[in-house]
Amino acid sequence: MAGAAGPGTGPGAAGGDGDDSLYPIAVLIDELRNEDVQLRLNSIKKLSTIALALGVERTRTELLPFLTDTIYDEDEVLLALAEQLGNFTGLVGGPDFAHCLLPPLESLATVEETVVRDKAVESLRQISQEHTPIALEAHFVPLVKRLASGDWFTSRTSACGLFSVCYPRASNAVKAEIRQHFRSLCSDDTPMVRRAAASKLGEFAKVLELDSVKSEIVPLFTNLASDEQDSVRLLAVEACVSIAQLLSQEDLEALVMPTLRQAAEDKSWRVRYMVADKFSELQKAVGPKITLNDLIPAFQNLLKDCEAEVRAAAAHKVKELCENLPPEGRETIIMNQILPFIKELVSDTNQHVKSALASVIMGLSTILGKENTIEHLLPLFLAQLKDECPEVRLNIISNLDCVNEVIGIRQLSQSLLPAIVELAEDAKWRVRLAIIEYMPLLAGQLGVQFFDEKLNSLCMAWLVDHVYAIREAATNNLMKLVKKFGTEWAQNTIVPKVLVMASDPNYLHRMTTLFCINALSEACGQEITTKQMLPIVLKMAGDQVANVRFNVAKSLQKIGPILDTDALQEEVKPVLQKLGQDEDVDVKYFAQEALSAVAQRLRKLDSPAKDGEEPSAPGADKNHFLRPGGPGEDTGKAHRERAARVVSEEAVEAARFRGTDAAKGPAYQLHVNTRDTLAQLEIAELVHFSQSRD
Amino acid sequence: METKLPPASTPTSPSSPGLSPVPPPDKVDGFSRRSLRRARPRRSHSSSQFRYQSNQQELTPLPLLKDVPASELHELLSRKLAQCGVMFDFLDCVADLKGKEVKRAALNELVECVGSTRGVLIEPVYPDIIRMISVNIFRTLPPSENPEFDPEEDEPNLEPSWPHLQLVYEFFLRFLESPDFQPSVAKRYVDQKFVLMLLELFDSEDPREREYLKTILHRVYGKFLGLRAYIRKQCSHIFLRFIYELEHFNGVAELLEILGSIINGFALPLKTEHKQFLVRVLIPLHSVKSLSVFHAQLAYCVVQFLEKDATLTEHVIRGLLKYWPKTCTQKEVMFLGEMEEILDVIEPSQFVKIQEPLFKQVARCVSSPHFQVAERALYFWNNEYILSLIEDNCHTVLPAVFGTLYQVSKEHWNQTIVSLIYNVLKTFMEMNGKLFDELTASYKLEKQQEQQKARERQELWRGLEELRLRRLRGTQGAKEAPLQRLPAPVATSGGQS
Repeated sequence: MAGAAGPGTGPGAAGGDGDDSLYPIAVLIDELRNEDVQLRLNSIKKLSTIALALGVERTRTELLPFLTDTIYDEDEVLLALAEQLGNFTGLVGGPDFAHCLLPPLESLATVEETVVRDKAVESLRQISQEHTPIALEAHFVPLVKRLASGDWFTSRTSACGLFSVCYPRASNAVKAEIRQHFRSLCSDDTPMVRRAAASKLGEFAKVLELDSVKSEIVPLFTNLASDEQDSVRLLAVEACVSIAQLLSQEDLEALVMPTLRQAAEDKSWRVRYMVADKFSELQKAVGPKITLNDLIPAFQNLLKDCEAEVRAAAAHKVKELCENLPPEGRETIIMNQILPFIKELVSDTNQHVKSALASVIMGLSTILGKENTIEHLLPLFLAQLKDECPEVRLNIISNLDCVNEVIGIRQLSQSLLPAIVELAEDAKWRVRLAIIEYMPLLAGQLGVQFFDEKLNSLCMAWLVDHVYAIREAATNNLMKLVKKFGTEWAQNTIVPKVLVMASDPNYLHRMTTLFCINALSEACGQEITTKQMLPIVLKMAGDQVANVRFNVAKSLQKIGPILDTDALQEEVKPVLQKLGQDEDVDVKYFAQEALSAVAQRLRKLDSPAKDGEEPSAPGADKNHFLRPGGPGEDTGKAHRERAARVVSEEAVEAARFRGTDAAKGPAYQLHVNTRDTLAQLEIAELVHFSQSRD
Repeated sequence: METKLPPASTPTSPSSPGLSPVPPPDKVDGFSRRSLRRARPRRSHSSSQFRYQSNQQELTPLPLLKDVPASELHELLSRKLAQCGVMFDFLDCVADLKGKEVKRAALNELVECVGSTRGVLIEPVYPDIIRMISVNIFRTLPPSENPEFDPEEDEPNLEPSWPHLQLVYEFFLRFLESPDFQPSVAKRYVDQKFVLMLLELFDSEDPREREYLKTILHRVYGKFLGLRAYIRKQCSHIFLRFIYELEHFNGVAELLEILGSIINGFALPLKTEHKQFLVRVLIPLHSVKSLSVFHAQLAYCVVQFLEKDATLTEHVIRGLLKYWPKTCTQKEVMFLGEMEEILDVIEPSQFVKIQEPLFKQVARCVSSPHFQVAERALYFWNNEYILSLIEDNCHTVLPAVFGTLYQVSKEHWNQTIVSLIYNVLKTFMEMNGKLFDELTASYKLEKQQEQQKARERQELWRGLEELRLRRLRGTQGAKEAPLQRLPAPVATSGGQS
């Protein structure tokens, strides 16, 4: 056993230098060779520890050769190794020895698995910066050349990513060689290599001298852009952005534009998609003149492309394209050359296209100004607000602020309202959820009066939605509205309506009142909370439904910090104490939890004056609360029971809605047998109603 | 080729989409999923589905081929072929019904004619035929409607122009299979570029199209000797891209099926190129997520290779062990199935080379909490041949699996597995009672040793960590002076802590 032998031989062999010999490399290597992958992986991840323990010299002479020789392992281990080696320069003795790391990384750069290879290339790029110029030519460049002429595509693919890091610091003769190697990879027989070369073409062009760009990169670009495989051609479009930035307008026109024009009309939709996707970058790279002459017509074609993917990608770029046009003449160009095409897209057959357009079209109003917006854009917005696809309508509504700045929202309100109402009642709860989230924004832009007239009732209606997530969002929405419109408004419009629900026959609605109070109390402040909300909450402590009662306890805990000492002492505490004796285990639990929170608060409020007089008051309850044995288990069980009960109550509720005896309040004999009623649960969405948000 | 166009055909000038003669149809109906995504009908003339010729003229029915005298037959054939090169919009199912019918009838007649009439295929018609086929079948496949298309779960998108396309494929197939067909003439037109485009079509989502392509590519491979190496190379490019770049290609199973029969025909000894294909393409194909779609075909190819050359066994098995699924039990079961197929044909001399790592893996599978994996692994012991191999090498195999089997027999939750393991242990006992007893005796000891080792490991790492910290302090403190020249490494090693 190596482990046993190690410590024995170590001290004797190495004498004075005790540290090094404590852990002979054999032991470490044994770990790196362990049969269990996870252990090997752990060892590799601590490779820097091993190296540091070994010291720079032994790392160079023993550890690295071992790593180089034994590179045949699980890809996961290799990936970790490739990553580690990128940060190893210090551990082998600094930049002078950085080249020692090249052999293992070279092997890693040739493995099959892409992630390993990519990581090895990344590490090599990192290390290349640490090489001295001499070491770079002596060690790094030869490595690149070896990889570039490797016989399997993996090494050639890896080489593509290394040219740009070694080129700038190489001598002229070497530079010529590097260019030569890159050229040959661009016309490699294997499409994988050509794709790798095409994806690095732009990066490489940036480090080349301008003459070489014109004489060598451009032809390569032209070739790749007309490759037989569309996967190569589309990568050339990406390179086009970088190349175009380097050339003068004249050169651009002569050398790049013919290829770009061709790409915009490529027979493969993937290439056209790429042009659309990179449009803003291309536009910036070629400058305003060529944009007007070439790109705008190309863009028009992309907007009416036959593939929806391409149209959607182009539609996404409409706003950026318009923004980046030169200010003088911009309006005319947009009005005459872009807008007609946009108009058609508004009634596109594909919803993704329409929704892509809807997400940016509002941005045009700031560019075009008030009059154009009213005359030309407004009809489009209105049409989109009536679109059959909810996503389109939502995208318009979510960007209303852009228009608001230019023409105010009033212009839209006529159409806005039906759109909002329709979304608010959409059959899909996710759509309803999305529109609720825009309510505070809309409220801010439309103003209190409009809101009260038209939207307030919607906000209240959501409170009794049959999906819990909507009810929850609706309560949050109310809170945000109160923050926006102030407490007075809340007191007059919201709070009374919320409180009325406290005596609703449906216990879910009664609970919603509690949730609203939880959310609103802080925004409304002490006075409203104490005078209006608290009495209702306290009254609900006598509810028949256990769920309501324990939510009363939770609410009291929640609003406790807002109340003053008197209210806490005289009103809240007695009620909680009573709930603490409840027959239902959950009510008891939450009441006790609330009680201790209240007690703590009281202690804090009182502590300066009468120290430690009161806190012992809820003594009887305290015993319950502290529950010395296994509280975790208890809670878990309670949760489960509660969840089950909630479901069964929902079922009762659902059953009751179907029946005619809605007036007969005491229909709930609670603690219904779950098993009997679960079968009646046919509204899947009800499952969203959950009590697990403590 | 352009000059040979007969007068009746349309000039194939670059298309100008503005001149669409198709009347704008009504709004697409609301219920078809396809209609939502597809190009707007009025623009479908420039669809990448099909590149239409401009100035599309009305197709008029031509006389039947069988009605004209032999002297006029070829002239009429050319005109029919040209007629079949006119493309129609199938996304709009009511557009130009008459034209579609004329083309369909002409295609039917061509299929009939090339299949049954001798002497039709003379040299001048080859370019016309290939052009007609190219125009019809070669197109950029449309974007998939469902980016997460799962061939096992989802319904494929069927090709809308299938009524014509099928006839074109049928015609192509009969053309290739015709006794008059002359590869020496056809090779001028069926070239590398043609084959490349044909291979790209294998990505079609429509299984009917892939089925035709499979048969056609098989015939092309059979008839055009000069294209064989190229086809193999392009197939491996497709696979490599599938493995390492995209993980998406619809026609992998079909291509593998063709390759299965190609491998079957390889001459011995195998060329390096072929061995490399096995090791660097077929084995890594096992790592792909959607393995289940093409596993049967892949396993067939692998076994074909091993039947040709048994010395490849070690490579293959080690490769499979390398790519052994770690989390996907469904794939694990497939791997076990393939392994058994391989073991069925393995030579005993090869078995010896891989028995240890292989049976360690099998033991790991037996201890899988997923009972199907465990069960599949245990079925190995039902295989007579494998059992005989185990028996011959029981001194290696038994120690490799015993510990795990013994442990699992006590711990597995599934009773079926437990009883299967008992059977296996019983077989071992009968096989070599002495060895079995020894292993049982040493089991406990080994367990203890393992724990001891784990403790030692912990100790080792703790010590290393201390040493590292000491060294870090040492580097930064004592050696500051000599390191002045090299601020970078100090920073780097500092960053390690």
